[in-house]
Amino acid sequence: MTDGRTDGQTVGRTETAPQSESVSALRDRFGPVVLRTAVSCGDSIVWVDRARAHEVLAWLRDTPGQAFDYLTDVTAVEYRDPERDLEVSYQLRSLARRADLRIKIPLSKSGPLEVDSVVDLWKGADWLEREVFDMFGVTFKGHPDLRRILMWDTYAEGHPLRKDFPLRGHFTRAEQTRQALAANPEAHYSMEELSIAEAYDELPEEMRHRLSHGERGHVL
Amino acid sequence: MGLKTSDSGPEPTEAELAAVSSNFLTTKLSWLTNWGRANSLWPMPFGTACCAIEFMATAAGRFDLARFGMERMSFSPRQADLLICAGRLPFKLAPIIRRIWDQMPQPKWSISMGACASTGGIFDNYAMVQGIDTIIPVDVYVPGCPPRPEGLIYGITMLQKKIRGESIADPTLRVEHMMDDRGFFLPPEKIDEISEPFGNSVHQTRSA
Repeated sequence: MTDGRTDGQTVGRTETAPQSESVSALRDRFGPVVLRTAVSCGDSIVWVDRARAHEVLAWLRDTPGQAFDYLTDVTAVEYRDPERDLEVSYQLRSLARRADLRIKIPLSKSGPLEVDSVVDLWKGADWLEREVFDMFGVTFKGHPDLRRILMWDTYAEGHPLRKDFPLRGHFTRAEQTRQALAANPEAHYSMEELSIAEAYDELPEEMRHRLSHGERGHVL
Repeated sequence: MGLKTSDSGPEPTEAELAAVSSNFLTTKLSWLTNWGRANSLWPMPFGTACCAIEFMATAAGRFDLARFGMERMSFSPRQADLLICAGRLPFKLAPIIRRIWDQMPQPKWSISMGACASTGGIFDNYAMVQGIDTIIPVDVYVPGCPPRPEGLIYGITMLQKKIRGESIADPTLRVEHMMDDRGFFLPPEKIDEISEPFGNSVHQTRSA
């Protein structure tokens, strides 16, 4: 090891990696809302109850000792075992503390696949939640603009990353081709999405200021 | 007809001369037109994946596509006559490549570059068009994953050979037979047939 580290061999081992101290803090603060915890490949994972998940995530963001100010990713997992719950997964990062934490919300497939949106906490969750909605059919309550993002808006075959979705889709290739050719790409995007200039007035004040002065300040 | 040989037998009749000269002129005009078309192709690059990297290498200095008259990459379909689809085509891009193809003025040709554009390649899944020939007509298929620049150049020279063999007098050459207003130019059964999996993937069922 050139950098003098001696613990390189143990990193990633489930048994020896320490649990994040955020986990015990969450247990103290929320008690039974924390359903289960685990350490996998050095990452701490916390399963939380769907009803109070938004509260947990807001607490993790705003509490000074936690300060998870950056949402790395929102995704979902469906397991091959049909008995197991579908899980919505939030990968959090504290830029100041250089700490990571993964929060998972189990969703029973018999119930509605619905969780609270976290766009009000992290703006970056907007497109990530749209992708989870598009691919898994999980709806995010309170999302400002929940529609498909990868497949086109009139896509009628379902949610492609679900385990009951056939690899080649439900329809025949001819029907898929017909529907794809009939899709009008311009019909489902707002003018603001198609042209950045049109969106100028909708941008936040400080962003307009930066744009009008050039991202790196005045260039004379 | 200024050519005249002294001892070449009997003089041709007026009718024979007219027939021969018109044939002669038509052939030469075709040759001239095809020569011009084949050597001044303006490609519209439609690069969607790694094939586009090889396409860029083909256009750059070492392989130098300009040697074949493709000096100008046309990023506007209205000033292009060769569509090179370099990379896999998802269904979401199908209406877009169709519209680009429709916007290109005649005469126009297309090259399907790489395994994915030609057949869907490894992407035998819900999101991918199984060969762009279900969307637009294709003149030359270049195999490879991705094809090397030499492969693309070989495909382009094959297309030039094809263009040199065309006849400007053939009115059916440029007709695209649209089936109906759904935008198909192939019957649905044909699309299903050429989209069928092949090789190892025929053993996978649609529900797998």
